[in-house]
Amino acid sequence: MLAKLMGFFLLGLVRVLTGSQARWYGCPPKAEQRIYFANHQSHADLVMIWAALPEELRSITRPIAARDYWTKSPFRQWITTAVFNAIYVERQAATPPTAPAAAVVADSAQPGGPDPASEAPPPPSPEALRAALPEGDPLAPLVRALESGDSIIIFPEGTRGHGDDPQPFKSGLFRLAQMFPQVVLVPAWINNVQRVIPKGEVVPVPILCSVTFGAPIQLEPGEERRPFLDRARRAVMALREV
Amino acid sequence: MNSFLRSLSTTQQIGALFLVVFGVLSLVTLWAFVRGLRETPAGDADAAAARKAKGRRLRGLLQTSWAMATVFWVGWVLGDTAATVLFALVAFFALREFITLSPTRRGDHRSLVLAFFVVLPLQFVLVGTRHFDLFTVFIPVYVFLALPVVSALANDPQRFLERSAKLQWGIMVCVYGMSHVPALLLLDFPGQEPGRGAFLVFYLVLSVQTCMVVQHLLGRRFPHQPVAPAVSQSFQWASWLAGVAVGGLVGGLLSFITPFKPGQALGMALLACTAGSLGHLVMKALKRDRGVTSWGMQGQSVTGAGGLLDRVDALCFAAPVFFHSVRWYFGL
Repeated sequence: MLAKLMGFFLLGLVRVLTGSQARWYGCPPKAEQRIYFANHQSHADLVMIWAALPEELRSITRPIAARDYWTKSPFRQWITTAVFNAIYVERQAATPPTAPAAAVVADSAQPGGPDPASEAPPPPSPEALRAALPEGDPLAPLVRALESGDSIIIFPEGTRGHGDDPQPFKSGLFRLAQMFPQVVLVPAWINNVQRVIPKGEVVPVPILCSVTFGAPIQLEPGEERRPFLDRARRAVMALREV
Repeated sequence: MNSFLRSLSTTQQIGALFLVVFGVLSLVTLWAFVRGLRETPAGDADAAAARKAKGRRLRGLLQTSWAMATVFWVGWVLGDTAATVLFALVAFFALREFITLSPTRRGDHRSLVLAFFVVLPLQFVLVGTRHFDLFTVFIPVYVFLALPVVSALANDPQRFLERSAKLQWGIMVCVYGMSHVPALLLLDFPGQEPGRGAFLVFYLVLSVQTCMVVQHLLGRRFPHQPVAPAVSQSFQWASWLAGVAVGGLVGGLLSFITPFKPGQALGMALLACTAGSLGHLVMKALKRDRGVTSWGMQGQSVTGAGGLLDRVDALCFAAPVFFHSVRWYFGL
């Protein structure tokens, strides 16, 4: 009840401050299982994309929240769990070597997967990849959410960008795409949010923001990790211009 | 007829005015609806598409008119305070559009907070409490100094003049200009019963909007050489003069609802129309500077509708000029 009221209040606040306009440019808002991946400039991105989704999709879409930031105070924790229904992840940026390490995990998972009948370099099945995921992997909570049928919102940069262009994407998106080939990958560009509340400020300023959703992309058969991540990043950046 | 109208109380007269406005709107809407039912001649796809586009434009225009008339009516029904709050909200959303398109830096954040959450409410409180002397100088004198000080304290000298100028300009147009509309509502003329400000606002809005519409239609029907093609493709002296003249005439004809004599009403309307239409041109130049065609969501709105500021900018320029000349002329 309280969470619902808070949700209404936040929705109203975000709309008054930013207009929270959703622009469905490449795909319609549809209740299929999706992974939305967006650029990351501010902690408010989470709230912004949550508010931009239509009511019906909001309830089946879970955003990713950085555990260290969003569990700092009881209020933040309550708001992310009760209102946003967020999934906590450990921030990869905190430990820079995680990205290569994660890549190693992905690579080593291929031969290590329980796929007995393969001689030549086998394309591992999504189920095998999921089964091979260690419990402590940063992606484990996302995999569980996707397995239970929810859509998720991720920020593949891993950390907030500073310049105009998003930073290179981390491998998480690639691995999720491998593990869940049936889930639709929708790029999104969140515009202007960093101006609403810059780092270190408390009071937000009213500035119009928009979230542009682009045409879904797919992991092509045999596509390598880096080319796919770069392609995904370009798909997000292309939405800036439309 | 005239004596009957005069026998009504002010409230009844204003009610009658709204009845007329809503009646006209209903008639036009009905006409547009019936026209939309008409069958299109088969086989002429181009003409059909053109008719469709025209109908869509007309519907958009009608929707805006209905919305504005309803907003004015609600404001009037709820009383002066509600009307002031209503215009404060309009100013808030207009300023939001303006700031969105003006690149600010991190150092401006505190000044923006000040502008939105302190200056804007204070200005409208000053209007609501009828402190007209302070209200006319509050932004140009005090805020003009306070905002750059806050920006300077943020320790970021890059493009400082440009940033301060943009913020100042946005506040002048969106907050200062817009706040003069409720000020007109609250202005009392000696020797007149109070509460007739609604007529003054109606008179101002109708003459300025007539001027803008006539200018727009004439500019389309008889395209001449634009005066400043880089700024506006449609602004021409001939259609501008005609627009101001027609707006002024409408104002002159409406003199019976204002405290003015017909000659005064004509003069005041001409002044307001000149200020409003030229202000609109200036706002067009600002939009071109930012490379957009409308103040909406960065000129890329899905709905195709323009921004709020596109619709009220002429009023924002006309209202202060009108207000000050009225006060000066009548020694209020």
